[in-house]
Parts: sequence; structure tokens; C-alpha cells
Amino acid sequence: MAEKVIAGKSIEVTDEGYLVNMEDWSREIAAELASEAGIELTGKHLEVLEYLREKQSAGETLTIRKVGKSGIVDIKGLYKLFPGGPLKISSKLAGIPKPTSCV
Amino acid sequence: MKRILILGAGTAGTMMANKLRKALDKEEWEITIVDQFKTHYYQPGFLFIPFGIYNREDVVKPKADFFPAGVRVIYSEIGRIEAEANKVHLAGGKVLHYDYLIIATGTKTFPEETPGLYGKLWYKEIFDFYTVEGAIALQKFFKGWEGGKLVMAITELPYKCPVAPIEFVFLADAFFTEKGIRDKVDITYVTPMPGAFTKPTASKMLSELLLEKNIKVVPDFYIERVDNEKKTIVSYDDVEIPFDALAVVPVNMGDKMIERSGLGDDMNFVPTNKETLQSIQHENIFILGDASNIPTSKAGSVAHFASEILFENLMNAIEGRPVLAKFDGHANCYIETGFGKGALIDFNYETEPLPGTFPLPGIGPFGLLKNTKINHYGKVMFRWIYWHILLKGKELPVESQMTMAGKKTIN
Repeated sequence: MAEKVIAGKSIEVTDEGYLVNMEDWSREIAAELASEAGIELTGKHLEVLEYLREKQSAGETLTIRKVGKSGIVDIKGLYKLFPGGPLKISSKLAGIPKPTSCV
Repeated sequence: MKRILILGAGTAGTMMANKLRKALDKEEWEITIVDQFKTHYYQPGFLFIPFGIYNREDVVKPKADFFPAGVRVIYSEIGRIEAEANKVHLAGGKVLHYDYLIIATGTKTFPEETPGLYGKLWYKEIFDFYTVEGAIALQKFFKGWEGGKLVMAITELPYKCPVAPIEFVFLADAFFTEKGIRDKVDITYVTPMPGAFTKPTASKMLSELLLEKNIKVVPDFYIERVDNEKKTIVSYDDVEIPFDALAVVPVNMGDKMIERSGLGDDMNFVPTNKETLQSIQHENIFILGDASNIPTSKAGSVAHFASEILFENLMNAIEGRPVLAKFDGHANCYIETGFGKGALIDFNYETEPLPGTFPLPGIGPFGLLKNTKINHYGKVMFRWIYWHILLKGKELPVESQMTMAGKKTIN
């Protein structure tokens, strides 16, 4: 655990930079984390982040497939928005915990 | 007469039928089990078929051999569950009523979910080993194969028996070494996970072993489609991996009946309380085995440990007590590593696989996260235990709750 100043606020984050409390999140924080990851946040990005936060709050398990079926963006589009590891990166920007694959 | 209905007579359903028939008065409780198929498959044995270690006859027995007397058995496809009315419609139109329902319809593979997978190369150069047909087709292919690029790819999470694809590449390494053509076979392990396995300590141990055996690992690879012309697998971010032979874990989903019943999540797994094993929506429905969405491995060992908790909670419910027994997600998996050796992992929702000894602390005989001959014999002996003890719902000398005794914590 560590404290990190994001968008002018001191926020508690994990060693990998995920927010510890999803309530600390704001769009400004998302924008700053995005630019750290080399992503310029658009409305589409934000729609995905809001969707992830909503599902996380409802206690649902998040998968790339699920986001692909959300109607916001398909899987290919999700990769374009968050290149590399779409679910890991989008989860970080959405202020929710790092996704764990239960295997 | 009160009624318990079990849907699915695989490992989970069969164990429950045996446990419950022993515990409940025959005059008071009718127990019915429904399955469309008459053959029981020893699924852990499928892995050995491609390498000619087992054949079909080693992994099949009639389901009827494992049902206790006094259980009504119906061989039929299931139409749907009407949970609000406590009844199940069978495919032929017959209706079964229940007081308690146990869903044990498992998970199935759906190769058609990945474009190009179930195409012209299916069972010619592309194989699964999660069906006896796929495993046998691969055995025939390997017999005549002279080498090339062998790719083992996982399409989607979760999938049944998470260690099986790792075992597959270890056994392939041994198989082609013994055949004298290992230098002509290039083995690659492709996974959507960030490493060979999710949990860090086991992932490290397995990664080292993969490296030692000259097996390449491609992590974070999420397959979009298979290109049958170019013979490549293509990821969503347009990375391509060529193959001459592709072994694949197709997309796993719950039974279509779950979808028809409106009881599943987007993968047709039933939302389940991970501790009580009750359906989130209906408290007189319990879910055992791969059909549930609980966050642990889809594996026979999990179904076995969970069956003890489910049994306790169902008895609690029947006798009017609160459902206090809690499942901890306990899983225990042998990992064949080839050349007569094996590793073993033991873990639950909270604790990742750690090194140590099992089941007796300090004694074993099995070594956790160690590559030993005795672990391999454990796996070999397990087939006998499965047919003779486990399916019949008898006690095994292993606790359903995971224990830290015999494990070493790592910082």
C-alpha cells in the first residue's frame, strides 16, 4: 500500500497502482491515470469505466467477454481503447481492484 | 413424500445422490437424478489419451454402476427449470416437482464460440482433449506426426481443470522426447492469463519447469479467431501465432438449460453463494461442481470438498436449522509433469498454493509444489479412488476445509 498524489489529491493505492477505495475515484483521477498509461481519455473510455464501476459495485465478476457484450464497445474496440491488457488497464483507470482470474 | 431432485449425474450429482440416499429416510424422501447420458467419463483420464497412456475403455463406465439403490434415475434431456414453481420440465414434456433442487449440470466446451476453431481443421490439425472424441482424434494424429509447431492454447476463462493444459505440454515434451523427435517439435503454451498460472507462487514454480523443458509461454493472449488458411491463431490485438498442430481449451460455458431457465450469468454459470452453495436467487436450490460461478477452480476435487458442505447445509435446511456450513473454495490438484513425475497444489479462496507436504504435515507422502515421483503415483492411484470411493460418496482421509498445517508461508 502507498499514498499517491493524483489530480492534486492524496490517494491510497496498491503496489501496482490500483486504487484501494473505489470511492476515491473521480474523472480527473481517471484522466491523470490514463495519461500515465499513454491514453487520452475520450467519452467512449469513460463509458467503459462507468460500466466497470457499476458492475463492480453490483459484485459481478468482470471479464473482457462481459464488457464486449455490454453494448458500449466490442472486444476488438476495447483493445483499441486500452491497448495491451484492456481489462487490467481499464480496471486501474476505473479505480476498481485489479481483476483476478479464478483458476 | 418430500422430494430432492438432482440435475446432472456426473461427478458432483452422483456423489450427492450417494450421500443423501444414505442419510435420508426412504419412506420420507424421494431422491431423483436426471441425466441425458448413460456413460460416466473419468475426465481426469482424458489428458492421458493423446499420448496413448490411456484409451477409451480406461475412462468409461456405465453411470448406473454408481447410483445407490432407492434413487430414481431418469435418462432424459432437461427442458428447463421453473424455479418459481419448484418444478423442472424434461425435454419430453414430463414435469418433476421438488422441495430441494441440486443443479450439477457442469460446464461444457463450445468450440463454435471462437470463429474458425470449429472449421475445416477441426480434428484434423486442431483438437481438444476435453472430450473423449477429441482426445482419441489427437492420439491418432500424434501417432503419425513427424513434428512441427505444437501450440496449446486456452481461449477463455474460466475453464475446467485449470492445470490440464500445463500437464498437456509437460506430457507432450516427454512423449516426443521418448519418440526421439523432441528436437523437431516446437511447443508453445498460449494463455489469456498474465502467466502460466494465476497464483504467484505456483506460477513461478511452473514457469521454471516450463523453461527447463524448453516450452515457450505466451501470456496475455486473448484469441479472437483461428485462421484456417494461414494456420494461425489471431488475438484481439492482431498478434498471430502459427501452428502445425493446435491443442485447444475451447470456451467453457454452463449448460444451455441454465440459459433457458433464466438462472445463469453471461457464461450460463449459476450465481451461487460461494460459502453456503445456495443459489443467490432461490434458497431451495443448491449448486454443486462446475455449474456454479463460485470463484475457485472448476475441478472434481472442488466438487468433492464442496459436496460435504452442501450436504451439511441441505441437511440443515431440511431439519430447519440455519445453513451455517461454509465452503472455503478448497481445491487440490495433481499436476503431471512428465517422465513419471508430478507436482501437487492445495489451495482455497484466500490461500494461494504453497510449498509443503500433504495430507500429513511434515510427512506427506505428497510434496506440495514439488516435482516428485510419489506425486505422479498419487495421480495414477486416484483413478481407483475415484471409481471406488469418491463417486460412491464415501469418506476420503482428506478434510474438506483446507488446512495451513504442512504448508510453508512465503513472504
